[in-house]
Formats: sequence, C-alpha cells, structure tokens
Amino acid sequence: MAAVTVPGLRQSAGAGALARKEALWFYVLISPWMAGFILFSGGPTLASAYLSLTHNDPVNWPPTWVGLLNYDVMFRDRLFWKSLQVTTYYTVLSVPLSVGFATLLALILNEKLPGMAAWRTIYYLPSIVTGVPVALMWNWIFQPQFGLVNGLLYDLGVPSSMLPKWLSDPPWAVPTFVIMSLWQFGGPMLIYLASIQGVPTQLYESAQLDGASKLRQIWHITLPSISPVIFFNGILAIISSFQVFTNAFVITQGGPNYATYFMVFMIYQNAFTYISNMGYADALAWVLFIIMLVFTATAFRLQRHWVFYEAVVR
Amino acid sequence: MTVVVSSTEKRPAVPTARSLGQELPFFQRRNVREGIWIGSLTALVTLGSFLLLFPVYFMIVTSLKTQGASFLLPMKWLPGIQYAPQWENYGESLRFMKWQTAYTNTMVVAILSMTGDVVSAVLVAYGFARFRAPGKNLLFGLVLSTLMVPQIVRLVPEYLGFSRLGMSNTFWPLILPAWFGSAYNIFLLRQFFTTIPIEMDQSAQIDGAGPMRILWDVLLPQIRPALAVVLIGSFTYNWNDFFRPLIYINSPSLRTAALSLSAFQAVYGGTPFHLLMAAALVNIIPLVVLFFTLQRYFIQGIVVTGVKG
Repeated sequence: MAAVTVPGLRQSAGAGALARKEALWFYVLISPWMAGFILFSGGPTLASAYLSLTHNDPVNWPPTWVGLLNYDVMFRDRLFWKSLQVTTYYTVLSVPLSVGFATLLALILNEKLPGMAAWRTIYYLPSIVTGVPVALMWNWIFQPQFGLVNGLLYDLGVPSSMLPKWLSDPPWAVPTFVIMSLWQFGGPMLIYLASIQGVPTQLYESAQLDGASKLRQIWHITLPSISPVIFFNGILAIISSFQVFTNAFVITQGGPNYATYFMVFMIYQNAFTYISNMGYADALAWVLFIIMLVFTATAFRLQRHWVFYEAVVR
Repeated sequence: MTVVVSSTEKRPAVPTARSLGQELPFFQRRNVREGIWIGSLTALVTLGSFLLLFPVYFMIVTSLKTQGASFLLPMKWLPGIQYAPQWENYGESLRFMKWQTAYTNTMVVAILSMTGDVVSAVLVAYGFARFRAPGKNLLFGLVLSTLMVPQIVRLVPEYLGFSRLGMSNTFWPLILPAWFGSAYNIFLLRQFFTTIPIEMDQSAQIDGAGPMRILWDVLLPQIRPALAVVLIGSFTYNWNDFFRPLIYINSPSLRTAALSLSAFQAVYGGTPFHLLMAAALVNIIPLVVLFFTLQRYFIQGIVVTGVKG
C-alpha cells in the first residue's frame, strides 16, 4: 500500500489531493483481496513455480534443484501433447456452444411467459445437481449397451450398428463430455438474466414506437447492452473448460486410450497418484496456466471490437 | 441435444409498416403477433424442460426402487403403477449419512462462507469499478490471472499452511478464504458496476454522499440481480463442494453433506444406487428453495434506471 503516495504531482494541488484520496479509497476497498492474494493464491502459485524447477516428492523432502529438467521432459512427453490436444479440442467445442446456449435460454426465459418463476427454477435445477452422484448417473445414461440414450435412439429406429459408443469410443468421448457440460448451463444463464434486468426499459419503449420487431430489439438493444457480461461468461467458460476434472476423474479416468486425458487430470495423476513426480506436476500446471493466459489475453484484445461499456472503465 | 430444440422455434410473423387507422389482416395485428410469440416460446420452453428434467426424473424413479430392481431392464418409469415405491429408501439413506450432523455442518460452512463471499466481493469490485489509482490495471490483471491458476496447484502449499497453523480438521480452511474475495465474484460484480452510468455516482457526490453511501444507496440497489447471482452461486458452491472438505476434514463429527454422500460408495462395496439417488435428491431441496425465493430479483421492472438531471 506504499503506492498511495505516488499520484500525479503535475496537476494542481487540489486535484492532486483528490486523486490521492481516490487512490487511498481504492487500496482500502481492495485490501481484502490483496491479503487473500498473498495468502491463498499468489503465494502458493509462486511456491509451485519454484517447485516446478525441482525434483520433489513426499519421501524425498526437501526438494532438489533440477533447473528446467521437468520442462525438458514434458516437451518430449507424448502424453503431454495428447493431453494438450484433448483439452484444447474440448475448449474449442464447448465454449461457443455453452455461451450461445446460455444466452439463448436467458433471452427466452426473460420473456413474460405464464409461470415464469417455475420455468426459471426448472431450468436452473440441473446446475445445482453436481458432484459424484451426477457423474455416476451420466455414466449410466451414456452406457453403450444398456444406457438410456442408446435405448431411446434404438426405439426411435436407429439401427444398433449405428448407435454411438459414447464414452467408450475415443472419437465420441470428448463430444459426450461437451453434452454433459451443456447440462450445467444454469450459472451463466442466471448471470445473463441478471444483466438483462439492467438494460434501461426506455430503450425498448422507443424501439417499439419505431416499430422494431422483437428480434431486432434483441439484436440491437439487448445483446450490445449485455456484451460486457457475455464477455465475462466467455472468459469464464474458457478458464473452466481448461480445468475440467470431476467427470474425467469419476467416469473415464482419462480413457479410453487417453481420449479424455485432460490436463488437470494429468496434473492430478502426477501430483497425487504417482509418488515420484510432484515437480513435474507443478511444471505441467504452469504450462497450462500460461496457455490459459494467452487465450484470455487474446480474448481481451478482441473485446474492443464487440463489447460495449456504458460507463467508461476507469 | 439442444440444437434439436431450437430448430422447433417458430418465427413470429414479420412485422410490416402499418398505416394508421387501417384494419390490419389478422396475423399482423399486434396482440395476435404477441400471442403467437408467447405461445411458441411457451411450447419451446415446455419441450426443453422435458429434456432437462429427464435426468432428474430418472433420479427420482431410481430412488424409489429396491436395490435389485434399480438396474433391471427394461427401465420401469412409473412408480406406483409399474412397481411399489420404496419410500423407506429416503429414511434409510438419511440415517446412513447421519443427516443431523452432516446438514448442521454444511449449513454453518455454507452460510458463513457465503456471507464472506458477498461482503468481500462487493467491496473489492466497487474499488476496481469506480476508483482510479496507480497500478490498478496491473492489479486487475492479477485478479483475472488467479482465476486461471489450476486450483489443484495452489492446494498443496495452502494445505501445508493451514496445517502449520493447526487449522486442519476444522472449518477454518473451508470458511476463511471466502472472506478474502473470490476472483470470480469480483470480476462478475465489477462487470455489473460498469454497466451503471458514472453520472449517477457524480450527482450523488454533489449531493454530499461519501463513497460508502454511494455504494449502499446508489449502486447496490441497481445490481440486486447480480447480488442474487453471487448469493445463490456462492451458497450452491459451498453446499456442494466436495474437494476441500475431503482434504481438510477427518473427524466424522465435522463431515459436510457432500462428504457423507460419497460415503455410500465406501461401505456397501457395490454402490447402492437407489439410496445414493434418494440422498442426492434430498441434498438439492434447500438449493431449490433458495433459488425459488430469490428468483424474483430477475424480474424486469425492479431496477429503476435513469440519470438524474
């Protein structure tokens, strides 16, 4: 918090005092986060950066310095490249689908339909049913021989030779994960619903006077107004899709034939199941972190073209 | 799955320029168009809800079967008609997971964490949205980057820290981090603050309101829907969180419901699917009630926007 005394001296004395006061407020308000950053995120992350340059495991403590060896091993590791490919594939497939799907549903559920409270609750329901029980349920539903989905498809007349093998077939495994993830759209949908409430009603009223259709109102008023929030959800979707874990852990264990060998699952295995490779897990995590940073930074670059902020971000 | 749904959507009749005073053809009248729009959307929403509720219905149906019957094919879908519903599954599963202890613990953890999440995120997001200071952009970049650090990496050093402080096997590691602001909620609320015109703050400032006064009286009433999102999201997350209790909690008396749910697998050997589904359903009831109560904040009209002269 030493930075409080820095602000612009070039301005007149009154403006300088005001700027100092504003900066002071800023640092006071964000102080909980700064403390948390040092204790719970920045500190531990830096610790893992150091550990990625060491060989360490619970048996051989303290860690021994190995320089960039872990990274060298990683770039020759075919499983690392496979894992990277699987994770990127999942991200590219799921992010546009989940963002579009949640936006569409929020727009629909924002209309004044009869029984709105009930509809919203029903549509939010899937996202609160999570964890191990649901993973086990999905596994059963997508079971190739006696699963419910294939049973239904068979009843609809799809010949049994054409039925997808879902999670047991490598090309189908990632798309199946995407389908399962779409079921959990409730959180983003809620955020969109909340943001649509903030769009000033006068805008719609004047559009109606001009005879603009419902779809035109959505396209020209609602979507631009909530674009900062669409952007937010897009970033979040990128971040969380790079970190998909629970289903890979509970259902497939990375299989079949590494088709669902997601990065976080690989990190988990190296950190907590093989006993010799904690430093390697830290190196993997740091590479994943950097890849995600690149994706997010790109998204921030691109936002200027389509995100519309009401208040100038100060 | 979802693409199929949206293709059934009927487009509303295309509006045409209407000349005043002239009787329009039936399908172009305003109330008729409105009726078609609402009707087709309702049909669409109904269809979609069947798809969404299908897995939940599957859970309900399974929770009422005997253990032997839960895997039998073809599936029986109608309890009370195709088979006798086993209501005692619910009692048995709740007793098995020692529900009084489990849910008291979960309540304590979820409520205290949620309070911390909301309070800290509001303050920090307000700082980032409305105050200029040197180094702000860099700090906000740091907020975002913490979202990207895989949780699993931070966990090991964090665990070592909490154990050193003697806080392992207490609720502290589950509650304390929430009070330091989660990056997710900070980012979310900051985005919402930026949709409010700055002129509203300025006119309140001219009227003599201080920063906290502006936050409380001007900004917070406008972002009530976003606050409801944070509240629901945080409560749900803490209610369902499995990973952190798994790592920090050892004593059976401190177990949360998410941990107790996983215990079904350990003791019985083969997972008693019918009991697991019954317990999982009971587990979501408080979340459904909370959501249903708070959803009124998503109804348009509650937020009065506008810039005072």
